Amino acid sequence: MSDNVGSIVKDGLWDQNVVFAQLLAMCPTMAVTTSGTNGLGMGLATTAVLVVSNVLVSLIRHTVSSQVRIPVFVVLIATLVTVVDMAMNAWLHDLYKVLGLFIALIVVNCAILGRAEAFAVKSGVVASAVDGLAMGLGFTGALTAIGLIREFLGSGTLFAQASNLLGPSFAFLEMKLPGYGGALLMILPPGGFAVLGFLLAGKRAMENRRAARATVVASPAPA
Amino acid sequence: MNGDSLALAPVASPHAHGGASVGRTMLRVQIALVPATLYGFWLFGWPSFFLWLATILSCLGWEALCLKMAGSTRIRATLADGSAFLTGWLLALTLPPWAPWWVALVGGFIAIVIAKQVFGGLGQNVFNPAMVARVALLVSFPLPLTQWVAPLAIAGGGGPDFVDGLRIFLGSLPPPDTMASASLLGHTKTELSRGVDLLHALAAPGAPLPSWIGIRAGSLGETASLLILAGGLYLLACRVISWHVPLAVLAGLGIPAAIGHAVDPARYLDATTQLLSGAALLGAFFIATDYVTSPNTGAGQIVFGLGIGLVTWIIRTWGGYPEGMAFAVLLMNALVPVIDRLVRPRILGRDRRGRPLDLPQGKEGAR
Repeated sequence: MSDNVGSIVKDGLWDQNVVFAQLLAMCPTMAVTTSGTNGLGMGLATTAVLVVSNVLVSLIRHTVSSQVRIPVFVVLIATLVTVVDMAMNAWLHDLYKVLGLFIALIVVNCAILGRAEAFAVKSGVVASAVDGLAMGLGFTGALTAIGLIREFLGSGTLFAQASNLLGPSFAFLEMKLPGYGGALLMILPPGGFAVLGFLLAGKRAMENRRAARATVVASPAPA
Repeated sequence: MNGDSLALAPVASPHAHGGASVGRTMLRVQIALVPATLYGFWLFGWPSFFLWLATILSCLGWEALCLKMAGSTRIRATLADGSAFLTGWLLALTLPPWAPWWVALVGGFIAIVIAKQVFGGLGQNVFNPAMVARVALLVSFPLPLTQWVAPLAIAGGGGPDFVDGLRIFLGSLPPPDTMASASLLGHTKTELSRGVDLLHALAAPGAPLPSWIGIRAGSLGETASLLILAGGLYLLACRVISWHVPLAVLAGLGIPAAIGHAVDPARYLDATTQLLSGAALLGAFFIATDYVTSPNTGAGQIVFGLGIGLVTWIIRTWGGYPEGMAFAVLLMNALVPVIDRLVRPRILGRDRRGRPLDLPQGKEGAR
């Protein structure tokens, strides 16, 4: 794990993306991505928890013995999730009614404990904060992308009820395709799996193509 | 590929090639489907022909696109083996005959891309592509997928001509209301849910009746039961399929239906109606018998078929959908690996438990 900010950000957003590379946090990925707004809200809530938990874990990494570190991390994360849960209930009540159950389940999101274990416990505070932010934004991006695709195919809208999340000034994001009934299957779980599968395949194909091009470019150079 | 060949004792070489190929098998299945399909065209007119054509073209197009993206060098040969053609044909037979064009387009995508090519193409798919598409379409678009029309012979007044048929297919002309009808299974489900028992529901004027000659509402593949049956018998005769799966499916559906009807005729349809309605015959002979998605051994195929029949009957009787053949096939497709693990052929030279058989010399010595 390098402390190079650029590579941490690149890891979080793309190379080690929670959903598309590590395939972690599948439960919220499948369950809440029925619309772009839900995906975005869930992603941002997770990001908030992830950043603070990474910072706290990094701060106490020398104080807590390795035997008891997991329970300590879990207590920390659970506290943070409860705070986010209550905050969303207070200020984003409409979105909370949709995401309610899954907010509480952030606590068992393997991505968060995973980052604590894999990164924050071995790294400095600043690097951990950057890592949390990048991983969280990568997660948010993945959830929003899946949510938007499913929402568009399934109900013909984009960012429906975005104003619930972002405030009335963002109502311009909400779009509706007129005269399209929507393919119900995309909103149901099979649609989530299909969209995730195609996005994963697309990412792999893109990386393979890039790698192939890199070798083609690299190989003539020595010759 | 045939289930029997694994169970039979291998014969010493040299082997003669029977000439069977994917293309020839698919061609025979298509020949078997021709009479029922032509009859369906006669029943439902031009829109059903356009839908059939579009579904097949859509399947071929998606297959070609997938092969091209996968970098295949045998695109033309793979398309010519008829497997995508047959998938499209079977899918078209299960759709409402007057469904609009985009049903064909989306159905082809689901069948070929999601259900077949993603798994690795012909021979690799876990689930029957046509049935995956059928179920996905039904779940996604409940309304267009349950709008049945009465056969032209009943509706009278002649069917839509070529141009009107094309307009109905393209969705610019809504089908006339007088043509709307319900399939038999749909009708019984609706009436039962309204609290009308079957004795009254089926005796009421205008109720769709089971019909041996198949002049009734339904998909192309469910109306002409007898022609489907004839096609199935042709496949049996030229040994494209074995008897295990079809017989087991029909038994699995017919026996519980007969028992249920004997117990309470007001609540359970009789066995003949069950077997002649919906996709029972098409499913038993053409869909469940797919080599790729059915078990390898004869005994396994019987388990598989009985399961399909029973699940179909359960869904038809107590489920939310009037017809359950597609769901039943998919459910049992998922169980095929398990069935193949449980029902294994005897290894040559060993008994059922895998212990070596007594050597012949030992027997002679004892004699």
